[in-house]
Amino acid sequence: MTNPFPTPDTRASGATRGTGEPAADADGLLFDGPEWDFPTVRRTFDAIEKVGTEDLGLSLYPTRLEVINAEQMLDAYASVGMPTMYRHWAFGKRFVQHETMYRRGFSGLALEIVINADPSLCYIMEENTMTMQATVMAHAAVGHNHFFKNNRLFQEWTDPEAILDYLSFAKSYIAACEEKYGIEAVERTIDAAHALQGQGVDRSTGRGRRMDARAEQERVSEMNRRNLEGEEDLWLRTVPVKRDLVAGDPEELERQAEARAMGLPEENLLYFLEKNAPRLREWQRELLRIVRNIATYFEPQKQTKMMNEGCACWCHYTIMTMLHERGLISDSAFMEFLHLHANVVTQPAYDDRRYSGINPYALGFAMTRDIERICTEPTEEDRAWFPGIAGNDKPVATLCEAWANYRDESFIRQYLSPRVMRDFAMFRLDDDTEDPDIVVEAIHDERGYRRVRQGLANLYDPANTEPRIEVVGADIHGDRTLTLQHTVRDGRLLDALETRRTLRHLSWLWGYHVRLTEVDAETGHIYAEHENL
Amino acid sequence: MRIVDRRLNPQGKNLGNRQRFIQRARSQVREAVKRNIRDRSVTDNESGETVSIPADGIHEPQFEPDTQVGRRDRVLTGNREFREGDRIPRPEGGGGGGGGEASEDGEGEDSFVFTLTRDEFLDMLFEDLELPDMIKQQLTAEASPKLQRAGYATTGPPNRLNMVNTLRRSLVRRKALGRPNQAVIEQMERELERLKSGEIAPADGQPADKRIAELEETLRRAREKRGRVPYIDPTDLRFNRYERVPQPIAQAVMFCLMDVSASMDETKKDLAKRFFMLLHLFLERRYDKVDVVFIRHTNQASEVDEETFFHGRQTGGTIVSSALREMLRVVDDRYPLDAWNVYVAQASDGDDVPADVPVCTKMLSERVLPVTQYMAYIEVGGDADTRPGFRTGGPSDLWQGYAQVAELDPRLQMRRVADAGDIYPVFRGLFSQEETAS
Repeated sequence: MTNPFPTPDTRASGATRGTGEPAADADGLLFDGPEWDFPTVRRTFDAIEKVGTEDLGLSLYPTRLEVINAEQMLDAYASVGMPTMYRHWAFGKRFVQHETMYRRGFSGLALEIVINADPSLCYIMEENTMTMQATVMAHAAVGHNHFFKNNRLFQEWTDPEAILDYLSFAKSYIAACEEKYGIEAVERTIDAAHALQGQGVDRSTGRGRRMDARAEQERVSEMNRRNLEGEEDLWLRTVPVKRDLVAGDPEELERQAEARAMGLPEENLLYFLEKNAPRLREWQRELLRIVRNIATYFEPQKQTKMMNEGCACWCHYTIMTMLHERGLISDSAFMEFLHLHANVVTQPAYDDRRYSGINPYALGFAMTRDIERICTEPTEEDRAWFPGIAGNDKPVATLCEAWANYRDESFIRQYLSPRVMRDFAMFRLDDDTEDPDIVVEAIHDERGYRRVRQGLANLYDPANTEPRIEVVGADIHGDRTLTLQHTVRDGRLLDALETRRTLRHLSWLWGYHVRLTEVDAETGHIYAEHENL
Repeated sequence: MRIVDRRLNPQGKNLGNRQRFIQRARSQVREAVKRNIRDRSVTDNESGETVSIPADGIHEPQFEPDTQVGRRDRVLTGNREFREGDRIPRPEGGGGGGGGEASEDGEGEDSFVFTLTRDEFLDMLFEDLELPDMIKQQLTAEASPKLQRAGYATTGPPNRLNMVNTLRRSLVRRKALGRPNQAVIEQMERELERLKSGEIAPADGQPADKRIAELEETLRRAREKRGRVPYIDPTDLRFNRYERVPQPIAQAVMFCLMDVSASMDETKKDLAKRFFMLLHLFLERRYDKVDVVFIRHTNQASEVDEETFFHGRQTGGTIVSSALREMLRVVDDRYPLDAWNVYVAQASDGDDVPADVPVCTKMLSERVLPVTQYMAYIEVGGDADTRPGFRTGGPSDLWQGYAQVAELDPRLQMRRVADAGDIYPVFRGLFSQEETAS
């Protein structure tokens, strides 16, 4: 693919920003004070978008800003941030959870939610001050927006133009099913589908079966029509088939052919069940498909969380700084922004009470800024590590290229520099539960940089972090037992209780017995066998 | 860029999901609610209730790795003292490499805490409880009637004009009578003007004069018809109609009577308090307004506030009738019977001066019960050998006296309560629907 970005004018980029712009006097401020109103938001947005597209050369979807209040933000939380969602008790559970946390003051609310749609949908909260609104717009409506539009994963896996339509289709389809087959039956199916959500994505093949929402809807109405007409060619199927004489055991051959036809081994359990579960009804298959499609839509967000936040943080930081240098926002507003920004990109140390893993905002922002620095002011070390980009003086183009073509795992493998590892004081542990001690495998020094980087990249690699579970056999002619296999790496077994519970859902969908074996990736040793009882 | 203000959109998009969730966890939530009522204040009925339920039925399983086994790589930040090859003893509890990492997989079997709204809480609490049938809210002719919508009328004051209905009729009539559209008339006028000025010529090649005459005639007729068929005709008018519906008395006063003499210790008072609280919540749901009057007594009674009622100390003998007398005084004073439903809840350990019991019985049957809707008497017993329905020393004098009245008048109900666990079942016993059927 060709690089979709125009080469931006580097003079206006981060390194030399602010040159040549006469500082505007106080009258030139975009806003003053914490209050906001619609004309101010519009004026500020236009200024921010202009910086984003003209100065930075980003390519954006058009934006739709929606102002919501705290209640509505809680609502959006519960339905995974989407404006429409089908009904299910699990969303209610999430809702009461967030609500309780929020009302008791344990947690604040997000300042913004942005939806990967075309036009890009960006929710801002009415409680925010004008400075926060400006930050949020630069962060979400420019940063995330650019990332959604240009990242390869999003392009391949999602259909931003149609996602909102698809969700409202899903909602009304499920509501219609509830009307027809009863809430209980529908919830039972969705419960089971949700349990397998993590296995509803074609992760390792990477060929995200991107859905086409419009085609989906046509397909469903076509399906309904067919069902109505009852075009079941019963008698075509009852005609006996002549069996050719082929070498080998015919039954065995047939079994292999069937396995091929079912696409075994298959890692996308929801897809497999949708296509092959013998006892599911049409509408149930459709529900599985809906859950699977939504899981696929969200998969790129999971795989690029850190980069995406890094891109957004870099954008809000760069844009707000430029606006300030051009005299468009006041000093006090800029101080408020810096305070907000510092909170977002804090990385507590491992022994800090606030530590909960690596903060994706912190790492993303640090790496992005670091790439910018490598492009403009490289050190000797950088020249050795990144000969391709060091000192190329095209920071924005370099970043755009990274944003477009990488995901978290490959981004770290490619761009995590010794400097960032030192700043974060990263260290890699070898945590073997067989060993009473945890061993420090590598630290942020000359000997350890590559191993720390590799270790960190592995942590962001779904092929490494998500359990690999595949359907390996379905005994169609026997007792119809479905056999799954979990490929175990480094003895990381599944949680037995959770697995049994999940298998209960799985076997309900399959309709027959289900067995899951945990097999070592290298030795083939069978650790455990789980069955639904 | 577009800015859309969504703040005025309907709130509570997740209400349906929320109800489904609570429905699903119903039995567990009900248990939790039962546990929670112990700590509520009697008149605290504004707040919702935070309940904690086991996460079992609402757990969403997934294939998850077991964090206790296997070998993992971890990368952490903030290294100060470690060097390559250092060995760190495994932190207590879990295979976490440090800090809060272990909490990420914390969901599991933990209990799930959330807040019920007040209505949800009360629904759970009083599920299938009813006020006894005999207690009908009385209707009084004097009580101010409420206006209630009752269809449409053809006459009425302008402020009650029903716009939708009126215009619908107007539209039907205009269509039926073929009232010419203003736009059509204007179009003809324009055409006429342009014909006259010679700007256009008739399309069918006829002389312009003929077409002009034609148009003028049509226009005249159209205008005339518009004059004849009005936009709004008096027959179109529809008004909202209201009816006056007499309102039942929607307020109640609840008297809490309690013996605070020395024999009522804190435990007994606490039992009484819980009972009063439940009754108050229950009445709250039935009536627009519930007043609570606290009357405590030893050998003499006085009206006090809630705080004093439950926590104040006073010593003296025990004359129960004093409390009944005080209650009647308050009713006479402040609660005219034609405007108030009166409920009485009395708690005592059954002690009374023997000579006072006949006085109480007489007062109950002759003066108190006739003015009350319902009276509940609970006898709280702190003795170890006291169980509901059984009492080693036989029923107390007061109980015996009340029992005679209760036999004759179903408005008096009595129960014994020995410990906090009994309160809710006893309360349910008093109000459950089976009970009222008997």
